[in-house]
This record gives sequence, structure tokens and C-alpha cells, in this order.
Amino acid sequence: MAIKLNVNGSEQSIDSDPETPLLYVLRNDLKLNGAKFGCGLGQCGACTVMVDGKAVLSCVTPVLLMEGRTITTVEGLGTIEQPGPMQQAFIAEQAAQCGYCIPGMMMRAQALLQTNPQADDQAIRQALEFNLCRCGTHMRILRAIHRARDLMQQANAQESGRAG
Amino acid sequence: MNAGITRRGLLAGTGALIVSFSLTGRGFAQDDQKLPGSLANDAFLDSWIRIDGDGAITVFTGKAELGQGVKTALIQIAAEELEVTPTEITLVTADTGRTPNEGYTAGSQSMPNSGTAIRNAAAQVRALLIGEAARRLNVAPESLHAADKKIGQFGYGALAASLDLHVAAQPDSPLKSSADFKTMGQPFPRVDIPAKVTGGVAYVQDLKPQGMLHARVVRPPSPGAQLASIDSSGVKAMPGVKTVLQDGNFLAVVAEGEFQAIKAMRALSAAVQWNEHPSLPAKSDIPTYLKSLEREVGTVAQEGSVVIAAGQPVFKARFTRPYMMHGSIGPSCAVAVLEGIVLTIWSHTQGVYPDRKAIAEMLAMPLDNIRIIHSQGSGCYGHNGADDAAADAAVIARALPGQPIRVQWMREQEHANEPYGPAMLMEVEAALGADGSISTWNYDVWTNSHSTRPGGAGALLAGRSLAKAFPPEPAELEISPSGNGDRNADPLYTFPNRRILWHFLPDMPVRVSALRSLGAYANVFALESFMDDMALEANADPVAFRLQHLDDQRAKAVIQEAATRFGWDSREKIPGQGHGFAFARYKNHAAYLALAVTVAVDRDTGHVRVLRAVAAIDSGEIVNPDGIRNQTEGGIIQAMSWTLYEQVTFNETRITSIDWASYPILRFASVPDSIEIHIVPRPNEPFLGTGEAAQGPTPAAIRNAIRDATGVKLYDLPFTRERVRGAIGI
Repeated sequence: MAIKLNVNGSEQSIDSDPETPLLYVLRNDLKLNGAKFGCGLGQCGACTVMVDGKAVLSCVTPVLLMEGRTITTVEGLGTIEQPGPMQQAFIAEQAAQCGYCIPGMMMRAQALLQTNPQADDQAIRQALEFNLCRCGTHMRILRAIHRARDLMQQANAQESGRAG
Repeated sequence: MNAGITRRGLLAGTGALIVSFSLTGRGFAQDDQKLPGSLANDAFLDSWIRIDGDGAITVFTGKAELGQGVKTALIQIAAEELEVTPTEITLVTADTGRTPNEGYTAGSQSMPNSGTAIRNAAAQVRALLIGEAARRLNVAPESLHAADKKIGQFGYGALAASLDLHVAAQPDSPLKSSADFKTMGQPFPRVDIPAKVTGGVAYVQDLKPQGMLHARVVRPPSPGAQLASIDSSGVKAMPGVKTVLQDGNFLAVVAEGEFQAIKAMRALSAAVQWNEHPSLPAKSDIPTYLKSLEREVGTVAQEGSVVIAAGQPVFKARFTRPYMMHGSIGPSCAVAVLEGIVLTIWSHTQGVYPDRKAIAEMLAMPLDNIRIIHSQGSGCYGHNGADDAAADAAVIARALPGQPIRVQWMREQEHANEPYGPAMLMEVEAALGADGSISTWNYDVWTNSHSTRPGGAGALLAGRSLAKAFPPEPAELEISPSGNGDRNADPLYTFPNRRILWHFLPDMPVRVSALRSLGAYANVFALESFMDDMALEANADPVAFRLQHLDDQRAKAVIQEAATRFGWDSREKIPGQGHGFAFARYKNHAAYLALAVTVAVDRDTGHVRVLRAVAAIDSGEIVNPDGIRNQTEGGIIQAMSWTLYEQVTFNETRITSIDWASYPILRFASVPDSIEIHIVPRPNEPFLGTGEAAQGPTPAAIRNAIRDATGVKLYDLPFTRERVRGAIGI
């Protein structure tokens, strides 16, 4: 049974066991490395992606439930040549050690800032409560998300300035 | 303890088991003829640096990027001494087919070993290039300078073409002075971060060679469990399954799809019966258990008299640490393929050469037919499951020639099977002299070896499981300058009388090995906690008390820097909050680090949160200051997590901490409000390494701050809510 979904703006048709967690579809069928296998249990957040704008743990989400949904992974936030605001912020703050948890953190933060563009430190910490980092990069991750929020606000202000 | 062996007998020199190495002499004589850093292991310049005819520069290191940023720092070093911009350097990391053998990437030694080697090799290559240009121009070399990959009108490529870099390095190199640095000493963006934040191929987990199959292992459910029966016929018939492998107690499934492999693994687990037997400690009473395993005693240091004069006030305390996990966020993974007679393995091992040796022994293959290429994994904080996953992949790839095999451990497998940081018991006895300073310090630590790395196939889980099984090598007590379970057991302080003993436990019912900083985490915890207690007894300020017991000027400087930046002398007493201080020089010969923290203790719940941490670090010559800060922040936060939450749990048969619910670690709600890292610059001094310097001071600073907040002294790690609430008596 083929399942149709939109990933990072392109339509995909996935022919796989409908029980297959979205994570393996993204990593293997679609060759997207961003979402990571951390626990397969929904406990660590390394596999976090956005589904219809909400942060979702792709390791415990069967692809069956993704029919017609819009999925964004870290690859959908920009490229190495043209990084988006969230990516620029993590690079600017050097917010990674091993970096394995980072795409999950970024997607969680992206989902938060899309819903709450003014999110304060407390809201950011609360949102990230799902996501584990083992290298101890937490302070930089927080700083990067503050920076991303400011970059997005500036971009929005410029956009509305142009529109006006 | 074994019948007939007593500590007294050993101390009297009547036993043959005393292993002694004095650390109290401080410092080590430098052998002037010895080549600097890892050049001592591989002296040829072209093992480290090659320059092609087109001027392309390739630098080789036997060390691996573990997420600590070593690639970036090594590129900065090579660029500095070669007088080029860092973007001109291509760096090749640990690969048995291409790079020098630098053993393990461990012990905060990548900068002292590889950084020093590359720096010296680069400086010597620069001198050779200048020499060649001088010869061509018939001028004195001193009149020439390297700039923009050129010397005079000659490009590096053209000059290198006339040179033989396959020559042995010299002991002395024309190193640049720190004052002339352009790249070293400056914050430089990590070269690996852009790919990691955009979904590039960054990890071994991301490799997808053509035709790759997915494998999963089914591990025995408890240490020493034996396969009783198996019916794999149903599993073999599952969709996508290529094969089910059984060799002794080693079980694996191979499938086309990853989720197919996972389903097959689950089905195989259900189709297997194991004979299990209890082999783990009956209850988690660490002191009794560890003392029951003691077989041998080593003297780590001895100075002056052990006997405390009658009438002198004597203080005693006993500290413990539990078994702890590395707990990388990504479980171990490896990819392997057998092509003809050559087995290639991509692994996030810390030691490509030692791992190759162990795997070659396991498979009875010649060393030369195996190549291990380091490929990054999730964060590495010591000997985790990486080597075992590489061995798993090797066994499976051998059974399926020509097919690349990717083995990914599941979370429960990593939690239950990785080698843990060993449990420790520390007993200290100290006497205060009439002048208010410590006159005698007697310290005993009970622990296993903190390193059981491959060296033999028996160190690998697969090696232990195969029908032709390899037994683990017996652990041996070894007292070394760097220390192991006894790392940092000997205080840097100027106590006139001291006796430091390691009560060695060769048996390892719980599988253990190297965890970031080895014994230093708990030894510094005990030492620096008891220093604070002694300062209280002496009615002295904890910072002043430490300074009073130090001669080492660099030690004093980091302590003063941390205290000043923290505002130690003007710290405020706020109800429910406390301030704590701790210091260590890692291994007594590496980086200096002092740390002050403020904690809040919730008396109702027992919850402890670090609000603020201020550290000062001296790790010698600075290469990438932002790298030093990143590693030190990380070390503090990770050690904070160990200290407040972490312990491996088990029943008599099985490990029971098998996921993040049963082995909780720090989450964002408990992350401090601020962490400041202040670097004490030491231009023209040797690299001391950074990665592990914070592990020891962190638990002690937190413990001392909890005491300041509540008046309660804690002795047993971790400081869980239950334990803190119990101790403060609510």
C-alpha cells in the first residue's frame, strides 16, 4: 500500500510496511540523515521532526498515520550553502559537540517558534524538556534558539515592511 | 580480602604484590632526545603531513573526532606552523589504512600527543620548504619567510616536489612563538558543525554503501547467559530477512530493510531460550560488595609517616560512587564489508588500531587484511559499545561476503551491554596540625581497573559469545603516572604525611571500562569534599584553606581566578541556596580547573538545581578558546548529571536500567541559569588537554554547595531527590 506524504516540500509515495516508523522511512527510503535514531522508545527526542507544524517523535510514529501530512526535517530548514535562521543560529553559537541530538533540538525549537514566535527562555526550556543532550551542550542550545528567534523576528519584520 | 593477604603485610613489604610508583616527586624528567608528542611513535614527517605537487596539503592524525572538536584544533595547529589559512588543510583522522597509530583517542591526550606531533612536524616541514627555497635562490634561509603557500616566488607544491618528506623528525622544531600566532589562540568555527545541522552525512549511522543490508544482534539477556534452545525457522521466513546467524551464543538477523531487521530481531528474541544464572551483586550495598572483591593492594603514594600522633584531631569519612553509564544519545553502530580477503569496518571506536588487533584475533585473520576507518558516532565519553558493534559487524560481514552490513544497536542493548564506569569506595582519614593545616592524609580507594579495552578478542562481546569463545583477559593492578582507578587519588596539596592505597578488585561481575576521567571523578569528589569539611573544622574559608595547602602557582592562579570571577568573597547567603568550591589538576600533571557553584535545594522535594557555575581552566597553550569553553561547559553539565541522577541498577541476574526512564539523566528544566568558563592563558607552554578536567571538581563543588545550603554533608553519589530529602530529614 503506497502512502502519500509531503516531505520538505516535495510529494513522496512510500511503499512500505505501514507499521514502519516514520524515522526509518525518512532515513532509508528518502535518504534524509537529519532525524536520528536515539532510543526508538520516544524518550530522547533525537528523531524529532515537524508534522503539520508540530514536533513529533518519528521513531514511534507509524508511517501509516502520515498519509497526506506535511513533514519537515532539518534538511527542510536550509542547506549547507544557504542555511536557514535556525541553522545559522546553531552555527553562530557553535551549539554542538557531537551534534547527534541537535537536529531533534532544532526541529523542536522550530515548531515552538512557529507557534510562539516570542517564546521566552522558560517556554524554550519547557519545550526542550523532551529532548536529551549527553555532551552537555545545553547552554549553547538555549543561546542558539534565542538567536534563531531573534533572526526569525527580524526576517518577519522585514517581510511585513516590504509587504506594507 | 583473600586469606593471608593483609594491607599491613603488604605495607611491610612482605608480600610480592606491592606495585609502587611515587607521584610525590612531582613533575617528570624530560628526555631531551625523545621526539615530541606522538612523533615518538611515528617519526616520519610524511606520516603526518603531505604536500602534493599542486600544493594541496593533507594532514594525518591517529586521533578521532569524538564530538570534542579535535579536528578543528588540529587543523588550526597545522595551519599556524605551515603559515597557511586553515581552509588549505585537509585532515585525515584515525584510519588503519592511512594514519599513524596513536592508540586511543582518550584521556584528554589528543592535544598533548597528536597536537604536539602535528605542530612539530608542520614546523619542520616549513623549515624544509624554506631551506629548499633558500637553496634555489642561493640565499640564507633566515632571509626567507613562508606566506600564502609560497616562499619567495616558489609555491609549496613546487618546493615539496624537490623534497623527500619521508625523513625522521628532529627532536627540536622551529616552533612559532605564541606572540606571532595568526590562527592558534583564536576562536575558530568547528569544521564539522555545518554538516551536522543541515542533515549531511556526518556519522557512521548515516553511511549507506551500495547494497547495504541491515543487521540486528540478539544479545544474551544477562551476563554469562547460555543459549538453551532456538527455533529460527519462523524468523527466516519473515519478509526481507536474508539470514539468521548463530555462532555459539552470538545471534544476529540480517534483512533488506531496517525495520524488517528490527521485527526479525524481536521475533528471534522470542524464539530463543536462555539459561541464566545470578552473577551480579545481591544488593546494591556498594561498600560491602566492593570490599568483598579486594584481592590486591597497590601503594599509589607514600610520604612521611602514616601514624597520626596521639592527641591530634583526626577526621574520617567514607564516600561512594555507583556504576555509571556513558549513555551516548545514539546507540553504537558499525558498517563492515568483506571484499575478497579484505575486511573493511567503519566504526566510532576510540582506537582503530587496538580494535583491529582484537577483531583480527577474534576472526583469526591477518592484521593486514583488516582496515578500520573511524567514522563519527554519537558523543563518546569513553569505552562504550563502539568496539563491540564493530566486532558484531565484522562477524556478520564475514558470513555474507561482498555485502555491506550495518549493525545498529537498540537503546536497550546499549544501556544493558556497554561497559560501565566502575563503582568506587573511598575512605579518608586526615589529621589537623596545631597550625590549622592538614598534617596527615590517609586515603584508600576500592575499585576495579577502569580500562578493559580491546587488546584481546575476549574484551569484545562477540568474542565472548562465539562458539570458539575468547575469555576476557584478567585485569591487572598497575600504578602509573596518569592513574586509572587511582587517578587523582593523590592530592596535589602539600600534606607532609600521606599514604594512598588502591585496593584492587580484579573480578568484574559487572562489565566495566573507561568512563570520562576514570577514577578522577570520584577521587576528586572525595578529596575535595573532605577538604571542605576540613576547612570547616579548621574554621577556615574553603578557598583560603586550599590556597594554604598549595605550592603550585598555576593551581593557585586558577583557584583565584574562579573565586574572583564568582565573587566568592562577597557571596550572599540566601535561604535555600548554597555556594560550593572545588579544584583539581587533572591526573596531577594535566589541566588545572577550579569551579564555584551556587545551588538551590528544595527542602520539600529534595530536588537540587545548580543555578550558576563559574570555572577557571588552565590547559596550557590555547589552540581554540571556544573549543576549550565548549568542552568545559559540557564536562560540567555531564558531571552534574552523573552527580544528581545517575546509577546503573541491577538485580542478581540482569541489568535493570535499560532505557532513559530507568536511567534518568539531566533534562533542560534542571540546566543552570548560567555557566561561565574563564581561560587562564599560558602562551608558549605545552598543551595540557581539556576534555576531562571538569569531571572531578563538579561533584565536589555541588556537594559542598548543598552542605552550605542545608548543613548536611552527603557522601554517596548520586544526590537523588530521595537521598537528599532523606539526609535533610524531612
